[in-house]
Amino acid sequence: MTQSPSTTSYREALREAHREALQRDPRVFLMGEDVGRYGGTYAVSKGLLAEFGDARIRDTPLSELGFVGAGIGAALGGMRPIVEIMTVNFSLLAMDAIVNTAALYRHMSGGQFHVPVVIRMASGAGRQLAAQHSHSLEPWYAHVPGLRVLAPATIEDARGMLWPALQDPDPVVIFEHAQLYNLEGQLAEPAPQVDIERAAVRRAGRDVTLVTYGGSLPRTLDAAAQLASEGIDAEVIDLRVLRPLDIDSVLQSVRKTRRIVAVDEAWRSGSLAGELLARVCESAFYELDAPPARVCSEEVPMPYAKHLEEAALPLAPKIAAAVRAMMKPVGGAGAAPR
Amino acid sequence: MTTAPPLSTTPGAPTPQALGREFCTARLTDMLRIRRLEERCAQLYGEQKIRGFLHLYIGEEAVAAGVMPNLRPQDKVVATYREHGHALLRGVPMNTIMAEMFGKQAGCSGGRGGSMHLFDRATRFYGGNAIVGGGLAIAAGLALADRLSAHADAVTACFFGEGAVAEGAFHEALNLASLWRLPVLFICENNLYAMGTALSRSQASIDLTAKAASHGIASAHINGMNVLAVHDAARQAIEQVREQGTPFFLELHTYRFRAHSMFDAELYRDKAEVARWKQHDPIEHFAGQLRDAELLTHSDMQRIEREAEREVDAAVAFADAAGLEPVEQLARYLTAEDAQR
Repeated sequence: MTQSPSTTSYREALREAHREALQRDPRVFLMGEDVGRYGGTYAVSKGLLAEFGDARIRDTPLSELGFVGAGIGAALGGMRPIVEIMTVNFSLLAMDAIVNTAALYRHMSGGQFHVPVVIRMASGAGRQLAAQHSHSLEPWYAHVPGLRVLAPATIEDARGMLWPALQDPDPVVIFEHAQLYNLEGQLAEPAPQVDIERAAVRRAGRDVTLVTYGGSLPRTLDAAAQLASEGIDAEVIDLRVLRPLDIDSVLQSVRKTRRIVAVDEAWRSGSLAGELLARVCESAFYELDAPPARVCSEEVPMPYAKHLEEAALPLAPKIAAAVRAMMKPVGGAGAAPR
Repeated sequence: MTTAPPLSTTPGAPTPQALGREFCTARLTDMLRIRRLEERCAQLYGEQKIRGFLHLYIGEEAVAAGVMPNLRPQDKVVATYREHGHALLRGVPMNTIMAEMFGKQAGCSGGRGGSMHLFDRATRFYGGNAIVGGGLAIAAGLALADRLSAHADAVTACFFGEGAVAEGAFHEALNLASLWRLPVLFICENNLYAMGTALSRSQASIDLTAKAASHGIASAHINGMNVLAVHDAARQAIEQVREQGTPFFLELHTYRFRAHSMFDAELYRDKAEVARWKQHDPIEHFAGQLRDAELLTHSDMQRIEREAEREVDAAVAFADAAGLEPVEQLARYLTAEDAQR
């Protein structure tokens, strides 16, 4: 039965995604710190303990390496666990399990074993949580063969990506930017199925391609709106999948616009933006009318003071400025952009 | 720092006579097969047919030989990089173990793993792990899967060395196993050295069972050079894990007669200590016991040796003849789709 779209939030969409998964597949269970009685540090799992019980909604001790490893072991053993690491900042403690077990077991075993684990974590900055709570380490995970890395940036993706991630026989890491949890919007009923393969054009445009992911999507769309009022028509691509990168969608756009700016909240050095631009140069160098550009976080640990944090982040004004600089015609003042 | 070798008998362990000739011969054979496999691997490493890292189990055979027969097919095994003997006695064919070490496609891990990453789905042998302590949380998770899917009496046997006890992962995994009542048998092979670092130099408290006890886990100290003592302790521990669904920790006192790996000059321990432990060679000791009990004749021993040699020779021939995986398939084994190609 199709109903009219309802207003919901990114958080609620994630919760519904969990409920659907827990109802549909008895192998699914959720484990992580404070997912049960606390209701989830970001309230994603609120109410799930009462509904599904403590065998399937498991509060873990503060043992990232241990419980992520155990989640991986449970997946190896035939379950479909959702392992919630409270934030990417704490995931460093579990890196060995993720990189040396989850990502490697299929390969090291010559295809005999596989790890169908879904690991979810909050990431990103913008709430004055300071240096140890503000990381964007998506590029570190997107670097590793054997992992699929997702970044749902819309309510539809928050609702839709979890199920295909759970059906994937191999490990999937899902990044939820902390500033997206409160995002509100409409979601069609029943919620549309989504893929976990392709990037999506969130705003069609002709003059420049803006590629981004996660928490930088709203900022990039804001920048695009601002630029539109200045006569610059930006196409905004939401990567959605950080590994494997859907470079074809990006190239298709670049061949049309001939300009690209990548927006990435990770630090510039070693950012996904760098990887993207390298691939664009490799495949579409002669189609570019301007050198590719990127807008990333400044190379400084995230400061606490609000004005400093804002100065460090790739916020909309900085994105718009990067586009304006790119649109300046070569060798002549005053010529309008194409 | 040297340590006195353990007692050669454990009070209460069944005698060879009580266990019978067939059982005892099988245990002896198991240990000898491991010994001859490992000796040949050392030789092949010198010939550069085996490359990378090679960690030999020589001296520790009684541990694998004592534990493995107590496990059932539906049980699971997690091991370390010193796992050739465990894989062999779990039932992974020596042919495929050898082929794996030669990097051949017919190897038990498709040639993708090598000596440290032996895997076998059919025997539920979950590797082969080069990260010290890396298998502990995996074992807890495998046991959790059994608990959640109501494979009520399956046991996950997790082998690791005493070096792993220093890793945070050890405590995290033991705590989880105890807290969530997970059917894991934690088997600590305490051979006194983590590569070149003696236990007494790295642990303020060297009673490893006390660490398990601090997590509420039942434990026992066992003479790991005595296959019957190991077998009996493992039998009781596994029974308890199976029946109660709670973890157990065995600390097995053992010793590796060879270096940590083929690169190790053994500067950290003294030859006299090695010689003292060799007097407790698990194979010689057990064979002696069986001869004394008139359960083993000279010709029995010759037959066992001959068969072991034949098995090793056949494994080497198999590995020699096996082919290499085509390079075009390099990017395989990353996703399920690759597996179907």
